[in-house]
Formats: sequence, C-alpha cells, structure tokens
Amino acid sequence: MSNQASSQAPKAPNKGSSTLSSWRASYRRYRREHKWLGWGIPLAFVVLAFSYPWWGLEGPLSFIFNDGLGIDNDTLFNMSVYVMLALGLNVVVGYAGLLDLGYVAFFALGAYTLGWFGSGLFAQRDVHFLDTNAARLPGIHLSFWVVVLLAGAVCAFAGVLIGWPTLRLRGDYLAIVTLGFGEIIPDIFRNGDDIAGHNLTNGVRGVTQLDRPGFGQTISDATGGILPVRYTSLELRPWYFTVLAMVLIIIFVNLRLRDSKLGRAWIAVREDEIAASAMGVPLMRTKLWAYAIGAIFGGFAGAVYGSFINGIFPVSFSFQISVIVLVMVIVGGMGNIWGVIAGAMLISWLNFRGLDKIGERISDIPGVSSDFSIAKYKFGIFGALLVIMMLFRPEGLIPSSRRRAEFAEGEGQATLYDARA
Amino acid sequence: MADGNGTEKNILEAVQVRKEFGGLIAVNDVDFVIPHGSIVSLIGPNGAGKTTFFNILTGVYKPTSGGVIFEDTPISGLPPHKVTALGMARTFQNIRLFHNMTALENVLVAMHSRLKGGIWSSILGLPRLKREEKEARERAEELLTFSGLPGRGNAYAKNLSYGDQRRLEVARALASGPRLLLLDEPTAGMNPEETANFTDFVAKLREEHDITVLLIEHDMRVVMGISDRVTVLDYGEKIAEGLPKEIQHDERVIEAYLGTAATA
Repeated sequence: MSNQASSQAPKAPNKGSSTLSSWRASYRRYRREHKWLGWGIPLAFVVLAFSYPWWGLEGPLSFIFNDGLGIDNDTLFNMSVYVMLALGLNVVVGYAGLLDLGYVAFFALGAYTLGWFGSGLFAQRDVHFLDTNAARLPGIHLSFWVVVLLAGAVCAFAGVLIGWPTLRLRGDYLAIVTLGFGEIIPDIFRNGDDIAGHNLTNGVRGVTQLDRPGFGQTISDATGGILPVRYTSLELRPWYFTVLAMVLIIIFVNLRLRDSKLGRAWIAVREDEIAASAMGVPLMRTKLWAYAIGAIFGGFAGAVYGSFINGIFPVSFSFQISVIVLVMVIVGGMGNIWGVIAGAMLISWLNFRGLDKIGERISDIPGVSSDFSIAKYKFGIFGALLVIMMLFRPEGLIPSSRRRAEFAEGEGQATLYDARA
Repeated sequence: MADGNGTEKNILEAVQVRKEFGGLIAVNDVDFVIPHGSIVSLIGPNGAGKTTFFNILTGVYKPTSGGVIFEDTPISGLPPHKVTALGMARTFQNIRLFHNMTALENVLVAMHSRLKGGIWSSILGLPRLKREEKEARERAEELLTFSGLPGRGNAYAKNLSYGDQRRLEVARALASGPRLLLLDEPTAGMNPEETANFTDFVAKLREEHDITVLLIEHDMRVVMGISDRVTVLDYGEKIAEGLPKEIQHDERVIEAYLGTAATA
C-alpha cells in the first residue's frame, strides 16, 4: 500500500500558556539529551523522602509537615498510606478505566486481616509465628510481615470475588455496584460480632491492641539496633520508612506492569472493549487482574495503617475515603504514577495538616474569630478543587502523555467545557 | 481453485447458522464454507446481515442455532479472544483502533495471545520476557512496514490519516497471527488508487503469507477483481453463491440490489 495520504498531524498548540508549553518543550529536549534524568529525578525524590526526618523537621519545610510538638509527626505517615491507596486505585481507574467507587472496602479488609491474624481478637486461640510481642499474648499473632502479605492475598481474593459478577458491567453500572460494595463491606464488619455465634470483627467496638511491625531481637542485634525489635508509638521514623519502602515496591510493580503485556491490555480494554477482545485480549481476566492488583495494594495500606493507629473501627472506613482517593487520582493525573503520587500527597497533606495550618494563619488575621476552622469546610474545598481542575486542567496536574493527547485533540469533543461557545 | 464441494479442505465451515434478535431474523440458516487459501467475498445490500454474520464467525455473537467450525474446531459460543487465539482475526467496518495508543502499541496489543510472558515475569523483569518484548516490537515494526506504515510506529492512532488508520487496522489484525483474515468493508472511504493498492495488498497476503481472506465489500471492482468465490446475502438469507462472473448475472442478485422492477 502506498503511504501518500499520510501526514503527520501537527501538535496541537497549547493555547493560552505559550510560556508554559515552551518550558515544557525545552525541558523535554533537555530530558532527551540527558538520559540519566530518567532515573536521576526519581532517585533524588527517594533520597529526599528518606532523609526528610533529618532535614525537614526543622527549617522552612517544617511548617508544611511538623505539628510543632518537636517530635516526628504522623502527617507524612498518613500521606504515604494515601499514596499507596492512590497508586492502587490508579491501576483500576487510571490503567484499566474501571470506575471503582468502593475502593475503601479493600483498605478496610486489609486492616481487618491484621485484626484477625495479628491481635487478641480470637482470644480462645493461641497461635504464634515470629510475632514480636514482649509477652505471649492470647489470640492469633503472626509476624506483621506475614500479615501484610496475607492482607494482600485476602484482598486479591475478595477483589476477584467481587469482580467476577460485577466486571461484566460497564461504565456507570460498574460504578454503582462498586459503590454498593464499598458500603456493604464496612457494614459487614460493623455487624460481624455475631455471625452464627462467632465474633469475627468485634462490631462497633472495633479491634484494638494490634500487633506492630518489628524485626525481633536477633535481627535487631545483628544490625546494631538499626532495625528495631518492635515499632513503638513514640518513635515514628521506622513507621515512616516502612510505608516509604512499601510505596517504592508499589511504584516498582506499577511501572513494570504498565509497560507489560498486561498494561497494554488494560489500556486497550479502556479504549475499546470489543476491539480488544477481537484482538485476543481476554476481557474478564484482564479486568480481574486490574481489580486484584488494586485490591492487593489497598490491603497492604490497610494492614500497615491499622497497626499504626492501633485500632480498627468500622466507622474509619467510610465512603469519604473512596472519594478522596479517587479525587487524588483525578487531580494528580489518571494513569500517570508521578501525577497520582503528587495528587495523593497534595490532597492528603491538605486533609491531615495543610487546612489546619492555613486555618491557623487565617485566625491570626485581626478581626477573624479565633475559633474559625477552615477544616470544617474540607469537603467543600476538595469539591471546589475538583471542579476547578475539571474546568482548567481536566487531564490532571501531571498527566501521562497519553492522557494529555486524549484531551488535546479528541475528535468531535475537543473540550469538556467550552465557556467561549 | 476450490469449489466448496469438498475436494479441498475448508478452513471454515458454517452450518445452518441462524441469529435472531427478538423477532428479527438477522441471519437465516446460512450454510457457508471458506476453502483453504481462497479469497471469498460476502456481499449484499445494506442491512442484509453481513456484519452480523461476521460477528457470529468471530465470536462477538453466539448463534441462535447452527454451528461454526474453524479448522476442525467448533467455535460457535467461544468468546472473541479465544477465536482470535485459534487463528482468526478481523477488522471493523467502522474503524475501531485504540485511538489513544500509538500505532506500535495497537499492533502489540493484538499479539496478546501469542506472547507468553506472564504477570510475575513482567514484575520481575526476567531476561526471557525482555527478549520476547524486544522481538515483539521488531515484529510489530515489520508489520507496520509491510502494511504501508513504515516509521509511523510512534504516532497516536487517532492522529493517522483515514487511509493509514485502515492500514493500521489490517496490521493489527495480522499481528495476532491469523490463518483466516476477515475484512469488513476495508476499502470504504478509499479513493480509487488506494483501493487498487489495497486489492494488490490482499492478493499479496494470500500469496506471501498463506492467509485465507473473507471480505465484506461494497466496491464491485474489488469483489470481482480478487474473489475466488462470492456469497450474496439478502435479508439474512443466502440467495446466491458462486464464481464472480456467475454472480454478476444471477437474477436474484440483480433483483436484490436493484429491486424487482429492474428484472421485470
């Protein structure tokens, strides 16, 4: 066949922000000429993140994160947990295009897995495996690291179980069913204190006194105490490093899968199910993998979060979490790992720290009541943020090149919103 | 040339295929064979049931009754991806590329059932998998060149011209490694020169790659030019079958296309 009809479509000019686009172009050129930036920039971020407790707790950036009490605070820990959740949901929503409004279910299930295998919930049992508790407590106590893996496995199983009937649905229908599951699962935990006479979840009282991560005496001694015997609630650095390591593992898996056969199949399914299926992509299996992998990451996050806050209650796993994680993915840039991380960090920082900080500053203004609390308007602010993003930058803060292209030249639907028309 | 009467092996046999949508009979007990190595055309007026028939063959629809056998394997009821894995690929009448994927990625997706790499080897980045990916990319580039899209691998599918999108659809179908290729109105919207080029391309597919072709086509120059056999559908029924020149003079075919007044 001849090729005479082909012509390279011109790059759509980024109207209204020529400086920004010229910066972006020159940055891209620089990136191409300096290949090391491809791993250099992420490495720099990793080093910055790991060394934060040494440089960040005092100085200009302490305002951002520190609670002012002079000890390590939990903001960064919470932010990292939400980064894990957002990266997990990104696989489901960003890659495979399956709108999941009940992602909190897997977060909860991961936490309750810790409740089952790492607490005194089943006090009549006496099972111990490499746990780091000082005394031999009643109940099932497996090593925290084993429980994390178990949480992933339980969530993957639940993901497949939920996905099997629901993933036959498309678009809005899937969203509604996942919304239902996101409500049902916390309800099951709430009412799980008497399932055929068995107390599986301790109901509304929740599960407390959860096992903490730790490496045990032998490993701790061998590393000169660098790896702690058992994490405590006073020294938060090990917790922070642990979630950071988990985030790194999740990023790694995310990247590898994105560039794999499965990653291509996810995008193909998102683009056109019928064509994907006709090209040999098994729809059900492809979607189930997305669901299961998203669920696994949610389970990891749930287990480590439950252990950290040392209490798991049904009310902690509300629909709001599903929404907020989804907002992180959308605001950051669906389908792009770096965008999703940025979105998760921004939103979770605002959620846990930033709004309080901003509120304090506003209260300092003369004439403003001292009990003015901007955090009360949290969801209004997030909602407004989402609307503003959809109007001005629907592709997200840091979109993938694919997604930027999607919004740049969609045939017949050039913009989602056109005020000038 | 095969005659369909069983002297040569048929790559595909459809027996008494019927598809009903509610009260509408879209395909009415059609018997149909494609001899190995042939180019067979399926023609008929708009709404005759050609695309429905195509969808039954490729597994998009399950026939209401009747069966389809592909290389001795019964395939009616199998989902499309399994049919594709067996060695049957298709293009779509209204182009259905993955628009926000590059041309190369489009082709790579279609290799899905041919690539062995599993999820664990992807995560671990095993050397075997890296080799397979590299080979797949090289093969995809070759296919793009073969289909008339040399060097266009990095262009997003939606940014390709109409003719190139049609070429990419064929390249993508070929990537799944088919022995039977189903083309649904591949020359729709092409100019005469492009159409002529495409006709040569289909002939080349059969000669160089031993691919059997089933074609739905409206352009009679294409149909009469390259088909070994032509089957005509009208209102879901097979009204004629035979050599192109026989079909051209078949009264029922002329009637179906031009209406009864023309034959009166």
